[in-house]
Amino acid sequence: MSQPESAIADAQAGGPSNGTPATPQEPLAKLAERYGLRRAIARPRLPVYLRQLWERRHFVMTYATSRNVSKYSNSALGQLWQVLTPLLNAAIYWLMFGVILGARGKMEPNVYIAFLVTGVFVFTYTQRSVTSGAKSISGNLSLIRALHFPRAALPLAYTIQEFQQVLISMGVLLLLVLVTGQPITWMWLLIPVALLLQTMFNIGASMVLARIGSTSRDLNQLLPFITRTWLYASGVFFSIQDRVGEQQWIADLMYFNPAASYIELMRDLLIQFHPTRPLVWFTCVFWAVFALIGGFWYFWRAEEKYGRG
Amino acid sequence: MAELTEELPQVKADEPAVPSTDVRVHPAPEPPRNPRQGTPTVIVDDLHIIYRVYGAASETEKGNAANALMRLVKRQGRPEMKEVHAVRGVSFVSYHGDAIGIIGRNGSGKSTLLRAIAGLLPPHSGAVYTDGQPSLLGVNAALMRELTGERNIVLGCYAMGMTPAQVREKYDNIVDFSGIGEFVQFPMSTYSSGMGARLRFAIASAKAHDVLLIDEALATGDRDFKRKSQERIMQMREEAGTVFLVAHNLDVIEETCNRVIWLHKGKIKMDGDPKTVLAAYNA
Repeated sequence: MSQPESAIADAQAGGPSNGTPATPQEPLAKLAERYGLRRAIARPRLPVYLRQLWERRHFVMTYATSRNVSKYSNSALGQLWQVLTPLLNAAIYWLMFGVILGARGKMEPNVYIAFLVTGVFVFTYTQRSVTSGAKSISGNLSLIRALHFPRAALPLAYTIQEFQQVLISMGVLLLLVLVTGQPITWMWLLIPVALLLQTMFNIGASMVLARIGSTSRDLNQLLPFITRTWLYASGVFFSIQDRVGEQQWIADLMYFNPAASYIELMRDLLIQFHPTRPLVWFTCVFWAVFALIGGFWYFWRAEEKYGRG
Repeated sequence: MAELTEELPQVKADEPAVPSTDVRVHPAPEPPRNPRQGTPTVIVDDLHIIYRVYGAASETEKGNAANALMRLVKRQGRPEMKEVHAVRGVSFVSYHGDAIGIIGRNGSGKSTLLRAIAGLLPPHSGAVYTDGQPSLLGVNAALMRELTGERNIVLGCYAMGMTPAQVREKYDNIVDFSGIGEFVQFPMSTYSSGMGARLRFAIASAKAHDVLLIDEALATGDRDFKRKSQERIMQMREEAGTVFLVAHNLDVIEETCNRVIWLHKGKIKMDGDPKTVLAAYNA
């Protein structure tokens, strides 16, 4: 939005034939053509873009790790906060909803703890990916204005940073679930698959928000409200099915929500006797594929506009 | 354009002609060390760059969630907007082996021109044609102050697009060249400004660039390091790349460059060999 449209058109058209007519004394465009020089600005085609992104995989991984290391370098407890933050959140929700408001319904107290903690940890992963993804372009303008690389590397690195954190918090989650009396089952083998699907969704979603956040500078102010609403609608601390009552279509609609789908899937795997939703695998795969492809395409469409203006 | 073409002949009057190209805006290249010497690397054709600057929003508009939502819905930017015409019709051709100094007052469009050559700013009209990918010597944006020098070297090299093998190969070179010694194990936030600048230059110059754009990178660092970095720039020139150097320190330009472009209010005021242009600039 913040750049001259003619420039974009020029850039997309590429070739010198479209350029400014050269002056009679200095046919610079011709000279450029003769020596095979190309225009500096152009958006690569999608396959080329994907290859460039693959070539930058080391940067993406190093950048994600570096951000994780530097993030907590000023606090005394350091990376322990990666685990403490969701734990403290879960404790607060348990106090508020489990004890005071009685949201646990018919669940046993120890089952409710497993139910709640799973919900909080899974939701936090998506929420943090989306929130940091929204800042990945707008918070890195100096980097974008200094170096060439496929810009998708940034939201990707931010999601991978969250993924590295979730690997640690998953360990804590499994420990907690065991402590509350859930058995280890063969289903646990599917946990990496569930995480992979959720990660695919998170990458796609953070790419969409990265593009929106690159032009709408106020998105970061608005995002906490959106994620809060999302949190309440995703059945993190109550069972959607129990709350809805007779109106089954409302429950079906609410379970179609990607965050609710991934939470339900993880609960199916971790908690025995958790009522399995029909089609939960289907919605999880659908959201993963749809968000990843759609988000990537949406992000790539504005590739040459990031960091301008 | 007209102004430019009128101006050039006077500046160039005493220069011998170079037969290899039909655009003659540059002093005789040194004896060729490389077969590619003398072929164009960057062609800037009547380039105009217009920035859009968003003014500060009024107090009532800031941070209000409802207003933010309205702007999202209507897909509007901030209302107050100013256009800055930073580069106004610049044309020149650079060749393999050139080291070009760009001088001019603050706000004359030097940094904007560099970013446009790097392909980081879209032209409003005109075009920049390049051979290979011009790179700004600007790896510092990827570095993180809280991390150690070691980690930053690896991060910076990857940010410039190196492979792990290249990083391993260059790592010792970078540490040696920066001369920071055992400080490489400390976070960069503990470095003095000179040490930080040295490490950044060492990282940024570790990669072979076809076209290297340097913006005020040599302003810091001690005398010894300045000499070393000038040698490094010379070496890059000999590898038949092209180096663009923006600096306020005219000594650096005079010692390093074989050609100087003087920008004034977004236009080329003079383009020629360092002695002539610097004499006119200082006059």
